[in-house]
Amino acid sequence: MKVQINPELCQGHGRCYDLAPGLFGADDEGYGQVLGDGTVPPGAGHDAELAAANCPEQAVELLEEG
Amino acid sequence: MAVDERFPQDPRDVAEEAEAGVRNEIITGPVSDWATDFSHLEPEWSADPYPIQDDLRQRCPIAHTERFGGAWLPTRYKDVSAIAYDTERFSSRQIIVSNFRSPRDIAPVGEAPPISSDPPFHHDARKLLLGGFTKKEVAKQEPATRAFCHALVDELAGRDVVDAARDYAQHIPVRVIANMLGFPEEDGPQFRVFVEDVLEGINRQPEERQEAFARLDAYLLAQVHDHLDNPRDDLTSFLIDAELYGSKLPPNVVTGAMALLLIAGIDTTWSAIGSSLWHLAKTPADRERLVAEPGLLPTAMEEFLRVYAPVTMARLVRDDMHWRGVDMKADDWILLSFPAANRDPAQFDRPGEVVIDREVNRHAAFGLGIHRCLGSHLARMELRVALEVWLERVPSFTLDNPAAVTWSSGQIRGPRSLPLRIG
Repeated sequence: MKVQINPELCQGHGRCYDLAPGLFGADDEGYGQVLGDGTVPPGAGHDAELAAANCPEQAVELLEEG
Repeated sequence: MAVDERFPQDPRDVAEEAEAGVRNEIITGPVSDWATDFSHLEPEWSADPYPIQDDLRQRCPIAHTERFGGAWLPTRYKDVSAIAYDTERFSSRQIIVSNFRSPRDIAPVGEAPPISSDPPFHHDARKLLLGGFTKKEVAKQEPATRAFCHALVDELAGRDVVDAARDYAQHIPVRVIANMLGFPEEDGPQFRVFVEDVLEGINRQPEERQEAFARLDAYLLAQVHDHLDNPRDDLTSFLIDAELYGSKLPPNVVTGAMALLLIAGIDTTWSAIGSSLWHLAKTPADRERLVAEPGLLPTAMEEFLRVYAPVTMARLVRDDMHWRGVDMKADDWILLSFPAANRDPAQFDRPGEVVIDREVNRHAAFGLGIHRCLGSHLARMELRVALEVWLERVPSFTLDNPAAVTWSSGQIRGPRSLPLRIG
């Protein structure tokens, strides 16, 4: 699974980097950024789902690979 | 004395410019029917707006009133979010419902940019401020905020009954924002008067309102001059020196943004802290669980923000239009109730219940779209620290007298008197 952020929708609420700091960070203006290439490591699936489910703008997307 | 030609020495030179615009008749008194005559300034709403909102959502999801010169109240999440996202048809030229429409040509800047701004100016003004309010940046305020919360609790020693709104919650955002703007800490009591003038004095007579705004303008201008004479590392000096489109900011943008940061940061966070403590005082199971499991606080806090969202915004309808079944007129107000959206059963399971371990909580307490609360990271830090310190130091507390709790009036809702029995 991978995570991505739709920059057209992100408004910098920061729920993703609050809830899943291993997967997301913030840029200098507080908008969310995917760390690395967005691959969700084993054990971090729940964090990824929380980030997606709590984003007020629905900007966090989960991509099933394969 | 340092001179900057943008800022006159005499505040009257600023105050005289304003006052074009349209006034309407001020209508007050009991509401006849909330669907056709609502008023968020009447005591019934202040005491408990949620049953009113729940009833409207079922029988008249976009309510109307002739008060305030005409206003609409959507109560469904889908309507509130659609309006928040539609900056073309709904302007932020004024964001506090009142009996006065400022001239249309104050858009796209508005009186307190960027909250009162529309695109395209909004984006550029907001961009200037975003860097000062990131999670990382506001974390620098956390140690001082925590120390201040402890000092406030120290002051309560020896008392059985304390007012958690007056003696604790209100002081925290006042102190934080005074430090960030570089205003004297001892001016705190004055800030609270400004906040009441702007946010609660809606139905006062025009002359009285003008005098109140003139007092705020004069205070801000004095702070600008103090910072021109003694520039320092704070938001006021930052705004004075900031540039947009290759020149320094116009004076109304500097003082308007200062007004926004001062007013918007105080009442809102004070309300969020107070409402959370009110809930915990009357819900021993939740209080005991949070004392035992401090790690749950960030999750619980989001639930308090959802269910007791302190902030309702406003918009002005741009042009006459038929919108989702109602006929809106140009310059009708929209009372944009994020609290009502946050309790819509179409969006949330068990919306009226406080579920402190609610994991999925896509609430709109800080707004949606381009006007997402600039200070949301600051507010969350203050709320978390205020609750952490309180629960650590005062783990046992109950409402001393539920009937003695009083609530603010207007678009920002939270307890203003909250007597708690402690220990």
